[in-house]
Amino acid sequence: MASPDDLQFQEFEEAADLLSSNPGAATLSISSPSVAAASSGEVKVDLSDDEDNQQESSELLAGEKQTGGFWTFEYYQSFFNVDTVQVLDRIKGSVMPLPGRNFVKHNIRSNPDLYGPFWICVTLVFSVAISGNLSTFLSEMGDTDYHYRPEFHRVSIAAVAVFLYAWLVPLGVWGFLTWRQSVERQISGYTFLETVCVYGYSLFIYIPTSILWTIPLYWLQWLLIVIAMVISGSVLVLTFWPAVRDDTKLTAFTTMAVIVSLHALLAVGCKLYFFQTATYTGSSHSGQQITPASNHTALNVGKHQ
Amino acid sequence: MAEVEESSKPLFAGLSDISISEDIPVEGDISVPVSSQNADNDLSTLDEPVKDTILRDLRAVGQKFVHVMYPKKSSALLRDWDLWGPLLLCVTLALMLQGGSADSEEDGRPQFAEVFVIIWFGSVIITLNSKLLGGTISFFQSLCVLGYCILPLTVAMIVCRIVLLGGTGGVSFAVRLVVVTASFGWSTFASTAFLADSQPANRKALVVYPVFLFYFVIGWMILTFSTSQ
Repeated sequence: MASPDDLQFQEFEEAADLLSSNPGAATLSISSPSVAAASSGEVKVDLSDDEDNQQESSELLAGEKQTGGFWTFEYYQSFFNVDTVQVLDRIKGSVMPLPGRNFVKHNIRSNPDLYGPFWICVTLVFSVAISGNLSTFLSEMGDTDYHYRPEFHRVSIAAVAVFLYAWLVPLGVWGFLTWRQSVERQISGYTFLETVCVYGYSLFIYIPTSILWTIPLYWLQWLLIVIAMVISGSVLVLTFWPAVRDDTKLTAFTTMAVIVSLHALLAVGCKLYFFQTATYTGSSHSGQQITPASNHTALNVGKHQ
Repeated sequence: MAEVEESSKPLFAGLSDISISEDIPVEGDISVPVSSQNADNDLSTLDEPVKDTILRDLRAVGQKFVHVMYPKKSSALLRDWDLWGPLLLCVTLALMLQGGSADSEEDGRPQFAEVFVIIWFGSVIITLNSKLLGGTISFFQSLCVLGYCILPLTVAMIVCRIVLLGGTGGVSFAVRLVVVTASFGWSTFASTAFLADSQPANRKALVVYPVFLFYFVIGWMILTFSTSQ
């Protein structure tokens, strides 16, 4: 464990680099970086300066932890360095977002793991597919024409959708935040793994939601969607708002809106595709049965003529 | 010559003092005992009838089946791992889940390839997961254990098909549910009995959960199997 003196020393070097790049700035040899920032007059005096420095030092620590190149096994083992208790804590933190508690800073604390996101995605894929199948079966139980089908191909579709969302969207968000960070220095970005972690753990709330979606009450299903979207959306918003609030208002709000709307799109898309209500499956089912019959009658009509 | 040796090998400077002169007779017989037993063994496994070879492997597989059905923490499954048993079980399960009916596109049943991929990729991913979390079990040992512990679920599949011959009503569904749940519990219990010792203590639940999910998905595939009417 690095002692606080070591952290102070590294911060001082950072400030020294900043000052050396600005020869015109006042060169005061004061150790606290916020005062140095105020004296240079170019960087905004911000209460979140400590957070930024902690973020930078934690990034440095995280960088030191990764042993070996990406072709060694130990490199990937460093992403699974979590205990059962830690995983459960992170899941709890994703289900109960409190305002002011940043998920990354509070729960992940520079130890991002890939266990949570990966297995939550796999569980979500199977829970959505199985619950969708169950809900179709329950809603069609009274229909005597209905013959139960396992609909296993839906697992593949669910897997593609969930894994694309859980890996491509964090890539996009991380890329965007890093680009903004290079343009304007105030923004503190997250590492790619932390972004993937936040997205992965925020999907956890959809697992019990998808199981509860089998109850065939229309208003209950939409109420559950709203609750789940509010909870997991707020986890994402609370995580990414501190990263973009220093940017221009337009960019900040646009980024938040895009993140929330993509999340909503996933939820609503899953609901509509996997949990079709009785009317949809009834029409598609009877449509499949009618079409061969209509072809048959058309052929008969053709023959008679 | 000794001087040359001394200059060329300074490390062995002490040894150059020792010299073997001609007065001490050094003689004797150096004979490597020819291990005729090894040669005999090699010849014998090449020479033995094919029936013996196959039966030996089958007996090993059968012995491991017995270990799975009565899991009592013996290390035989881990020590002599083989992948014949898992392959046999996987192919049997995938074939039985086909049903052999013509309207397989309508039914949405898992295809043979889907079952195969789920079982083998699922086992590989679970093994990688346990190794990444710091497990000490080797890759193929874990594959072997996970594959062999599908045996109770395969037995449940056979029972379900027999029950389905009698009808597809609520009673048959209840019976199938009980059988599949029991065999799913048995599979999970058996595999954790073999795998749990190789995991660090504070991560056991992290390793057991994917195994639970794996057998749950296979159990769901078995339970939702229905013959076409």
